This record gives sequence, structure tokens and C-alpha cells, in this order.
Amino acid sequence: MTESERIAIRIRDLTRWFLIKGRPIHALAGIDLDVRAGEFLCIVGPSGCGKTTILRILAGLDRQTTGSIEVVAPRGSAGSDGQPLSSVVFQEQSIFPWMRVRDNVAFGLRARGISRAVRTRIAAEHIRQVGLSEFADAWPHQLSGGMKQRVAIARALANDPHILLMDEPFAALDEQTKLVLQDELLRIWERSRKTVLYVTHSLDEAILLADRVLVMSQRPGRILRILDMPFDRPRTIRRVRSDARYGPLFNEIWELLRHNVARQPLAAEVPA
Amino acid sequence: MSAASPVVLILAWELVTRLGYVDTRFFPAPSEILQTAQRLLTDGTLARQVGISVQRVVIGFVIGAVPAILIGLIMGLVPIVRAALRPLVNSTYPIPKSALLPLFLLLFGLGEESKWAIIAVGTFYLVLINTMTGVLNIDPIYFDVAKSVGASSFLKLSVIAFPGSLPLIFAGLKLGMGVSLIVLVYAESVGTTGGIGYLIWNSWEVFQVPRMYLGIMTTAVLGLLAASALESLERLLVPWKQR
Ligand SMILES: Nc1ncnc2c1ncn2[C@@H]1O[C@H](COP(=O)(O)OP(=O)(O)O)[C@@H](O)[C@H]1O
Ligand SMILES: [Mg+2]
Repeated sequence: MTESERIAIRIRDLTRWFLIKGRPIHALAGIDLDVRAGEFLCIVGPSGCGKTTILRILAGLDRQTTGSIEVVAPRGSAGSDGQPLSSVVFQEQSIFPWMRVRDNVAFGLRARGISRAVRTRIAAEHIRQVGLSEFADAWPHQLSGGMKQRVAIARALANDPHILLMDEPFAALDEQTKLVLQDELLRIWERSRKTVLYVTHSLDEAILLADRVLVMSQRPGRILRILDMPFDRPRTIRRVRSDARYGPLFNEIWELLRHNVARQPLAAEVPA
Repeated sequence: MSAASPVVLILAWELVTRLGYVDTRFFPAPSEILQTAQRLLTDGTLARQVGISVQRVVIGFVIGAVPAILIGLIMGLVPIVRAALRPLVNSTYPIPKSALLPLFLLLFGLGEESKWAIIAVGTFYLVLINTMTGVLNIDPIYFDVAKSVGASSFLKLSVIAFPGSLPLIFAGLKLGMGVSLIVLVYAESVGTTGGIGYLIWNSWEVFQVPRMYLGIMTTAVLGLLAASALESLERLLVPWKQR
């Protein structure tokens, strides 16, 4: 079995119910998914369809109601090297305001008991990779929103996890900053080729970044379809957006979502 | 600029006493208080009494604040501990600290220990409640980050709960310091022959009114110095906070 055929995440019949004020809410309805090792998989879907919930269950921050979810470490590496299964880049601002950039980036390493000398070196390397070397000693409040998300990405990568979970990491950023960071993420990822599960509500972003795009339905979240993105790597935003296949793909995903949204009574005003 | 309001007040006070609008037996002129201050400074009385009081406050404050921070952090972090201890804290907190002095005198005698105890208790609650609130106010996302990398409970306490609640811990320390001084002056009114409180109460007994005022003003100055010391410490320990 070659590395690219290996399954990195295996999800079987995953469901999740929440109780809100005593009323059960069906968030996820039977998700089945295999994510290949080294794959960049984007999840798109209407808000509230359970995208964050999938990532939180994968990260061990939440539990499924039924079904199974498994992060499969490559043979021989499991447990022995202390390499964590997953790291998360959260949707909200999540870097610690009371730690300098370098300590934020080194936090996961510190939690694993790695010596100060080693984690300082690893953190410096990842800070350089996101272009923040000059700000290694800065406090988060001295950084812009885009720089803070760079720190969050560096923190997740410094952990060297088997899989990287990213939850709308650029959703709160302005358009220009987002474009720059998307290109940077492509560049960094194409070098490391980690397995990435990336949640976004932006169809454009999903097409730019992903190997495959998973389209989810309204709550209770189900998988509507998984589409292959045919663009060559290394990619840049400009090349993907000017590719003749970009428009049809965008429309195909939008059709899937639009029909699903239009079935909901609240979305009756969406033009047919 | 911040010194202007007390200065204006003192000048006005001096003026009305000089003009004979108030009874100088009860409201001595600031200049008279100043003379008393000069006398007590040169003979070393003031420094000695201040020294005794400051030592009591510092020791009592530390005895109260350190466990309060630790327990407050744990109460903030662990729901079961919080549920168990909160009723205890809420029911004992409102007991006036002055009501505890007789008890402490019984338990610890007339010596220093009873003063430390009452100051410690006065400090304890304010620091505890603020520390716990500080932990509860930390955005849960930071604990998610910790959990997602498998951080130990100790790391959560030392690297997230403690620094994250420091702004509120300092709010508690400043309130606690104020209460310490209030309680101190009261505690020094009973069975002691030293300290600022003693100076005030003794002056009252022997009708040394300017000296009594001097004691009151010294307490105010101590409060001011203690608050600014804590603020400097806060700036040092919470450099990440935007001010
Ligand atoms: N901790 C929670 N308690 C109760 N309901 C929740 C909780 N987390 C998520 N939900 C509900 O589950 C559904 C899916 O949420 P989420 O995964 O955050 O959606 P998305 O990320 O796709 O916008 C929503 O309806 C949300 O209200
Ligand atoms: Mg979400």
C-alpha cells in the first residue's frame, strides 16, 4: 500500500444529537467518510449543518452520539514518537493573549514535555515559515488579525500532527489578507502534504485549496456529494481562478447547496 | 494633576481654620498637623508605628492572598470543587470581619497572630472570589486548545488559568489591600501598644486631636502607596494586557 492510498481518517455512520433546553437537536445524521493520507479535504455546507461538530469530535473535544471515528496513524509510528494525532486551527481567535508569539507556537510541544531548547528551535522554524520571525517576541495584541491566524497555523503545524483540522481559519479576515493567507497556506501545505480537514463556508476557498470538496446538507448534516478538484499542484489562486474548469465546478457545488437550502421552508425567498 | 484635588482641599481647610469658621479643637489646621508630623518624625515615633503596621499588613495579606489564589484557581477550574465550596464561601463571606476579632483574640491571644489572622481573612475572600471569577471569565476556547494538545491539569492551571485570571486576581488584591488597612486600624484598637491604629485610638483617648488626624492621614497615604505598589506589580506581571 502506498502512502497516498492509506486511509488517514475513517468515519462510520457518525451521528450527533444535542440537547438544547431539553429539546433534542439532530446535528449530524450518519456521516460515512474515508480521508486519504496526504489529502486536502474541504467541507462546505450551510451554517449550523455540523461542520464544526465533526472537527471537534475528531479533535477529541466532543463525543459522537453513535458511530465511530478513527484517526489512523501510519504503521510503525503510532504512539512511539509521541507525535499527536491531530492539531486544530480554530475559527475564533484562539492564540493565548498572555503568551508571546514564540510561546504560543511552542505550546503544543510544551504540553508534550519537549525540552525548552528543542521546542524553541522548532517554534522558530515554524514562525519563520509563516513569515513572523520579526514578531517572535511580540504579544498577540500587537498583531493584526491575519498575523494572529498565522500564529495559530504555526502553532498547529509545530505540533507535527498526523492530521490538521482547520475550522474556517480565515473567515474573520478582510478579503486581501485572506487571499495572501490562502496562497501561503497552499505553499506551506504543498511542502508538508499533511492530511488536512478544512471547514469553510466559502465555495471559492474550497475549490482553491482542496483535493476534494465535501458538500454537506442542512441540519441534520449529511454528505450530499464529494467532488474531485482537478487543478494541478503547486497551485496559486490566480491560476485556479482563471482556469476554465473553475466556473463550472463553482456552479455545480452551488447547485447542490442551493437545492438543499431551497427545500428548507425558511429559505423560501431564495430565487429559483 | 492627580495631586491637585488633595492640595486644594488642604488649602481650603487651612483657610477656614485660620478664618475661625470651624472649631480647631476638632478640626485642627493642616499646619498644626504638619507640626505634629514633624515632631513625631524626628523622634522616630511615626516611623516605628508605621513599621509595625506595615509588617502586620504584609504578613496578614500574604497569608490570606496566597491560599485564596490557589483555592480560587481550583474552584474556577474544577466544577465539583466549585459546587462544594461555593455555598461555604457565600455564607461566610458576609460575616463582618470586626465580629471575628474577639474570636481571634481568644484563639491567638493579644499578640501579632490575631492581627495577621483578621487581615488574612479580610483579604482571603476578595482575592478568592475574584480569582475564581477570573478563571470562569477565561474564554473556553483556550481550554479547548489545551485539551486538543493533551495538556496536563497542572499546565492548564499554571499556563492558562493563572495568567488568564491575573487581571482579576489583581483587582481582588487591590480590594483586599483596602480591606486589610480598614481591618488593621480596627484590630490595633484593642489590646496593643503599637501601630497606626494604636496611634489613632490612643490620640483619641488622650484628646491629642492633631496626632489623631496625623494617624488617619498616614493610613490614607499607606493606602495610596500600597495601591500604586500593586499597580506596578500588575504592570510587571501582566505586560500582555492592552492599557
Ligand atoms: N455544544 C453544543 N450544544 C448544543 N448544540 C450545539 C452545540 N454545538 C453545536 N450545536 C448545534 O449543532 C448544530 C451544528 O453546529 P456546528 O457544528 O457548530 O455547525 P457549523 O460549524 O456547520 O456551522 C447547530 O445547530 C448547533 O446549534
Ligand atoms: Mg462552525
